[in-house]
Amino acid sequence: MKELLTGNAAVATGVRLCNVDYIPAYPITPQTEIIELLSRWINERKMIARFVTYDSEHSMITGAGAASLTGARTFTATSSQGLLYAFEMLYNLSGWRAPIVLANVSRALAAPITMEPDHNDVLAARDSGFIQIHAETCQEVLDSVIMAYRIAEDNRVRLPVIVNLDGFYLSYTREPVMVPQEDEVAKFLPQYRPTFGYLNASNPISMGVSVLDSSAYSYFKYQIHLASLNALRVHEEVSSEFEKMFGRRHGLTDEYMLNDADYVIVMTNSFTTMGKAAVAKLREEGKKVGILRIRMIRPFPKQEIAKKLEGKKAVAVIDQNISVGSGGILYPEIVSALYHIKERPGAIISFVGGLGGKRISLSEFRHIASTLEGAMSGEAPKVQSVLLFTEDNWSSVKEMLKIAGKGDVNG
Amino acid sequence: MDSKYKTLKDMPLEEELVPGTLLCAGCGGALLVRIFEKMLGPNAITINAAGCMTMLSVFPYTPFKSSWFYTAMASAPAAAQGVRDALDMLIEKKKVDKKDDLKVLVLTGDGAASGIGLQATSAAIHRGLDFYYLVYDNEAYSNTGFQASESSPFGSATKTTVPTDIIEGSTLQKKDLFEIWRAHRPPYVATISPAYMTDVMHKIEKSSQITGPKLFIAHSPCPPGWGIDSDKVIRVAKLAVETGIWPLKEAVNGEVRHTLIQGKRLPVEEYLKTQERFEHLFKPVRKEKIIAQLQQSVDYYWKSVTK
Repeated sequence: MKELLTGNAAVATGVRLCNVDYIPAYPITPQTEIIELLSRWINERKMIARFVTYDSEHSMITGAGAASLTGARTFTATSSQGLLYAFEMLYNLSGWRAPIVLANVSRALAAPITMEPDHNDVLAARDSGFIQIHAETCQEVLDSVIMAYRIAEDNRVRLPVIVNLDGFYLSYTREPVMVPQEDEVAKFLPQYRPTFGYLNASNPISMGVSVLDSSAYSYFKYQIHLASLNALRVHEEVSSEFEKMFGRRHGLTDEYMLNDADYVIVMTNSFTTMGKAAVAKLREEGKKVGILRIRMIRPFPKQEIAKKLEGKKAVAVIDQNISVGSGGILYPEIVSALYHIKERPGAIISFVGGLGGKRISLSEFRHIASTLEGAMSGEAPKVQSVLLFTEDNWSSVKEMLKIAGKGDVNG
Repeated sequence: MDSKYKTLKDMPLEEELVPGTLLCAGCGGALLVRIFEKMLGPNAITINAAGCMTMLSVFPYTPFKSSWFYTAMASAPAAAQGVRDALDMLIEKKKVDKKDDLKVLVLTGDGAASGIGLQATSAAIHRGLDFYYLVYDNEAYSNTGFQASESSPFGSATKTTVPTDIIEGSTLQKKDLFEIWRAHRPPYVATISPAYMTDVMHKIEKSSQITGPKLFIAHSPCPPGWGIDSDKVIRVAKLAVETGIWPLKEAVNGEVRHTLIQGKRLPVEEYLKTQERFEHLFKPVRKEKIIAQLQQSVDYYWKSVTK
């Protein structure tokens, strides 16, 4: 059945369909609608699960991990400052091998505090051991939640998963979403029955114990890493099965006008929709540009990225995040994925944009395309990330500075 | 209440915490962990916050016959919530058999209880979580080498309140965790001491009849931190009660009752002078003012509760 759902409602609907047992919660904009919907559905007995509001995201993630280890299918959601507040526990949950699903509704980080999205929140967690799936549309959000439990609970993986969606651009935007039938989802995603490492009286176990021997510590960390890499294969299996059952395919990456493109823009999340519209326009202008969207950020699908970008003339990576003092976070990862291929693109250029939800305009995409062309016709390569900021952006900031009493600012 | 535990001989014989751990010899807190494990039996899970007791289970060994779960410093009560809620839900959904249910015990030091973990504890009490909470109060961050915590007594020496010619140990008062917890009106909160094990058993037994938060603050002499020999732990613990510094009490639904009231209390210095952490109050010269202040606060306490 097709329904008009916000990204947040798509998350909640996915969670309901997955027959989740436990939902620890803590409100934060722009995620809150997810937990409001779930708590209401539980109170209406539309789903049978326990909903508990914790005192913080740190406690919430702890409770989520503990419940998951007890055998409950567990869901939780947060955003931005909340994810960072819980940071210590993210690493613990992957170490505990607690297969929860966490929806992160991306929102840029303070200070200065703001509401709209970029990915400094979710990418801060990139080394935590959480699998990360980043969605572009509300449909993909719902589907990804269902797929996430299959991946998380697979014994070859047994790791927590973050499903990321952009605040505002997806969280509060209604899109038509095909909602799968409950019985079909039940067939696709059987009940969670952990077969090892769970808490119960018949099988006493010590969990999370200290490991003071460095060889043993390395062993356990490598285990987590290798399990994460397994998720690449498991994702492809799950994706094929999902497509068979529901008719929609979600790969490790997604592409638009990529096949015959000379120049490729690499993006993630909902801003890719802006990129696709811009590329359609650029094609009309005779520029052979395409898009590669990275959907799975952890594990990082290096081989697939290399395959998709091999033989392209030049590549732009738009990072909707900023590693202060370095530049875009994903850029070096893309570069390292391409370094060893035979027909490496002639230039790989880093752009930073969309911070705090700042739209990326057609003119900026046009600038990106011409920078790529310029790089191929002998212009000096850009060593530092190009920071996207238009004349319009600057005029509006100048106006605000004036109101704030800092009127004498020059460009 | 008619108790099963009239003397030490009535202590359960079965051990759930077996010997051979990395804890310091004579650890007062460990004695309390042992009695709790005995009283709760095999179907229990001990949820630990970072602290001394982390050293109980070090891969690949564990001294526990029942389950153990090390979490993080701030959020052991939150993990207890997750385990309890999950078991309740899974039993209700018939995914877990009732016989596999677990009693949940949170184990933290005073640093976690009074400081970094106070918020998570407050929230667990507020939610009426059905769990036991044992604080081994050794009155400092002992596992990191004995730095001052919010539970360190006034005038005591720690590695971060080193007495000098200018400062005579900790200048801050010990946080009253009993009253902080009691303000939440939990069904059960008590103080206990390893020198009074029948009192401990009575209290655990009594609380086991109650659903909801069952909270215990255990006086836990720490041989290396307090500067006492490991064979003096019980004696020091007993002196804390006999001087009135460590009142043994309980509060059921907020109503306080002292479970031991001394006819005559020993002077506090009888307790203080047994420990190196108070040595600077006596050597090279007696710090009369500090000793008198400590005595006054004990006298004031007992005057206010026995009037």
